[in-house]
Amino acid sequence: MLFKMSLRNIKRSIKDYAIYFFTLIIGVSIFYVFNAIGSQASMLQLKKSQYEIVELLQSTLSATSVFVAVILALLIVYASRFLMKRRHREFAVYMTLGMSKGQVSVILFVETVLIGIISLVVGLLVGTALSQLMSAVVVDMFEADMSAYHFSFSLDAARKTVLYFLIMYVAVIILNNVAVTKMKLIDLIQSAKKTERIPNRNPWICLLVFAVSVAGLVYAYYTVGWNYETLGQTQLSVCILLGATATFFIFWSVSGIALKVIQSLKNRYHKGINVFTFRQISSMINTMVFAMTVICLMLFLTICAISSSFAVRNSMNNNMIEMCPADLELHLGNLDFSKEAESEEYGDTFTSLSDLYEKKGYNLTEDLSEYLDFYTYADPTFTWENSFGDVFQQDEGAAVSVQLDMSALEEIITVSDYNRLMKFYHEEEISLDEGEYVVICDFKNMMDIRNCELAKGRIINIYGTDLKPKYNQCIEGFISLGASHINTGVFVVPDSVVEGHAPQMNYLIGNYDASSKAERGKIEELQYSRYETIWNDLETTSHSVSYYYIDTKQHIEEGAVGLGAILAFLGLYIGLVFLVSCGAILSLKCLSESVDSVERYAVLRKIGVDEGDISKSIFCQIGIFFLAPLALAIIHSAVGMKFATYILETFGTEAMHQSIGTSAVILLMIYGGYFLITYFSSKNTVS
Amino acid sequence: MELLKVDQIEKYYGNKSSLTKAIDDISFEVEKGEFVAIMGASGSGKTTLLNCISTIDRVTAGHIYLEGEDVTALKGKELNKFRRDKLGFIFQDFNLLDTLTAYENIALALSIQKYGVSEIDKRVKAVAEQLGISDVLNKYPYQMSGGQKQRVASARAIITDPKLVLADEPTGALDSKSSKLLLERFVYLNQEQNATIMMVTHDSFSASYASRVVFIRDGKIFHEIVKGEDKRKTFFNKIIDVMTLLGGDVSDAV
Repeated sequence: MLFKMSLRNIKRSIKDYAIYFFTLIIGVSIFYVFNAIGSQASMLQLKKSQYEIVELLQSTLSATSVFVAVILALLIVYASRFLMKRRHREFAVYMTLGMSKGQVSVILFVETVLIGIISLVVGLLVGTALSQLMSAVVVDMFEADMSAYHFSFSLDAARKTVLYFLIMYVAVIILNNVAVTKMKLIDLIQSAKKTERIPNRNPWICLLVFAVSVAGLVYAYYTVGWNYETLGQTQLSVCILLGATATFFIFWSVSGIALKVIQSLKNRYHKGINVFTFRQISSMINTMVFAMTVICLMLFLTICAISSSFAVRNSMNNNMIEMCPADLELHLGNLDFSKEAESEEYGDTFTSLSDLYEKKGYNLTEDLSEYLDFYTYADPTFTWENSFGDVFQQDEGAAVSVQLDMSALEEIITVSDYNRLMKFYHEEEISLDEGEYVVICDFKNMMDIRNCELAKGRIINIYGTDLKPKYNQCIEGFISLGASHINTGVFVVPDSVVEGHAPQMNYLIGNYDASSKAERGKIEELQYSRYETIWNDLETTSHSVSYYYIDTKQHIEEGAVGLGAILAFLGLYIGLVFLVSCGAILSLKCLSESVDSVERYAVLRKIGVDEGDISKSIFCQIGIFFLAPLALAIIHSAVGMKFATYILETFGTEAMHQSIGTSAVILLMIYGGYFLITYFSSKNTVS
Repeated sequence: MELLKVDQIEKYYGNKSSLTKAIDDISFEVEKGEFVAIMGASGSGKTTLLNCISTIDRVTAGHIYLEGEDVTALKGKELNKFRRDKLGFIFQDFNLLDTLTAYENIALALSIQKYGVSEIDKRVKAVAEQLGISDVLNKYPYQMSGGQKQRVASARAIITDPKLVLADEPTGALDSKSSKLLLERFVYLNQEQNATIMMVTHDSFSASYASRVVFIRDGKIFHEIVKGEDKRKTFFNKIIDVMTLLGGDVSDAV
């Protein structure tokens, strides 16, 4: 009997449940899709080095899943409580007819179980279908072979999804039970009576609060978006907190004054059924100030997460071509040589790469079609402190300095070596007179710092020679292969300056003598195996070599692709869940509002309002309700992205515009989808 | 001159197996400037009749003419336009929008007819004066008494100068004092403002304020009496007599 009632209840209130159901299904399928990515990726024929990245991806995603599960759990609890509140009158009827609270609980329990099972099954089906689409994305991200792809179902991911959602549903059941036990019949009956409470906020206080909030927000914007160079950890937290609080009070005050402002525009207010529309919006927003704030902040995070993760991914892939102009880089040296440099032995024990390889019985330049080797130097007295330490003394607020080890030695290269290298890279060469120096740098934050000193014509002293800067700023460039702009600075000096001094590092840059992908792979493997053999018995034989490293274009590419993929998936995962949550909350509120307003629309029809005007009014109401948090979130994001661009400078953010496009499309699809569903079902409800 | 002509209308509910004749061949006319009451017990078909006239419901057969225009032939948008421009409604449960103030509720009827703001303001104040609700204009429905609410609803109904005001049990939810106040306002609107009012009621006291009463039983016109030169008290007694004949409970009539 109770089971039958539950079944009928679900059927009857399908309109209310539709959005809830829809959200559960999306939640389940997103959860499944992202947890299945790992197993999908491992099915592709990936290179060995990529498996590590897939593993990293898998563990990152599963860690994020816990966070996502918490968000989804909160959403589900919120939605189910919301739907339950709408049914107080129904419970009152049950209880006046003599049904016990236990029996009401049973009805709710059966309903939750039914909805849970159906949503899990449907969600997993949808998820499996979607994850096939996702495979294409995975293939694309890892730049793998599409032909290796075939239909897949991840049992692990399915099991995990079921487990997590079971826990969520159990939580919902327990909370519902608690709510039922707390119910009082009198409250239930009275909740049936509509009591439209219109909060009457003092417009002057609202105006004041609005002004203060905007001022607070502008301050936070300025600090984060324009004054970021002096931004410390605590200051950032303060700004975030300030931004969130200001968001809340902006919604609070705007909902208080907006109506008053519109009312004063009498011509607009008393036009058609505007008066009705504005009142509806105002009452909707008034009761949702907190929820709107949460939604606004979640949208903000979504936009930032998706845009910046995609920006980094895309830029990294673009950077690759520019940042890796050669196939192979080997370097050998003694970084921590400051003590030994003073000893006379040092110069004799420095081992060059070719010496080392020869000693081990290898030919260094074997398999290379072209190559270049050069040395870099380091003056033990020429540290970061000596080259730009003054910047921080002048500006004590600079928090950036905290993280820097100012005793690090600057890397020095002769102008002739530098020009040879640039020729090899097909980049611009430079000319340098005696007594001059140039700084090569492409790490944006570091460039800013160095430029301060260069602009002042900072005189430096290397190996006892005074040098003055040739330019008032750094030259953007690098000497080492890399995936992104991480060159913190290299000093180019006239050859004469380093004459008679031992080098610190020996570089070899080369291109493989290969025409096919397979050949390249073979040489790559050979290089790595040589490197490993040499490295393994290095420490015992040569004390001066403490730094020996290999880097290849292929290796960097794989790492970057993998890192980019992880970032993109993470951004997408969190973004999607947040978007779905926002859409669901707004939708539920709008739909319940239209159920409450059915009679109002009936009145409007009775006094002869056109159906078209009613539709327009509904569109307006839902549109403004969906747009208000989005509008503020977009403004937040504009500043947030400015800050993110600064933070992510290292990885390159050239692809920012394109990725903002990507996030706009995703936003439009999910958020817009929720909007449309809400609009049509609202229309359906009131007609 | 006749304003409303109801011509042999019928309204059936249900399906083949169980057919209910809510209205079974009713014809009558309403003159311009009349105050007609339709009386009958619950289930006699009086609300259905009103719904058909107001185009909220459709007739199964027959025609209804307002100023010579056949309203049963109207469709879709024309219906809304017709209701908006020609009719004024007063309902038992007021049907005010609870989110709007009294002023806004009344003004809404004009603003959907695209009146200008100054015109709206002038008219709302004038009609509020006539109905004695000037002091509650800025209140919300939940802050008003039942009588005030019904007078606000009446103000909304007549502010557009409708050809015909339709009132469905307007005193149904009011206490006797508020009822009397409201009905006196109706008489004022009818006599001084020349409004044509058609009121459905099962309450003889309310009906006695009308100038003519049409009795309905089982979907048919049962009887019709005209007030003429009678005092209201006499007319009331006549109504009671007919109600007794109608088979309605006497206690129901008082």
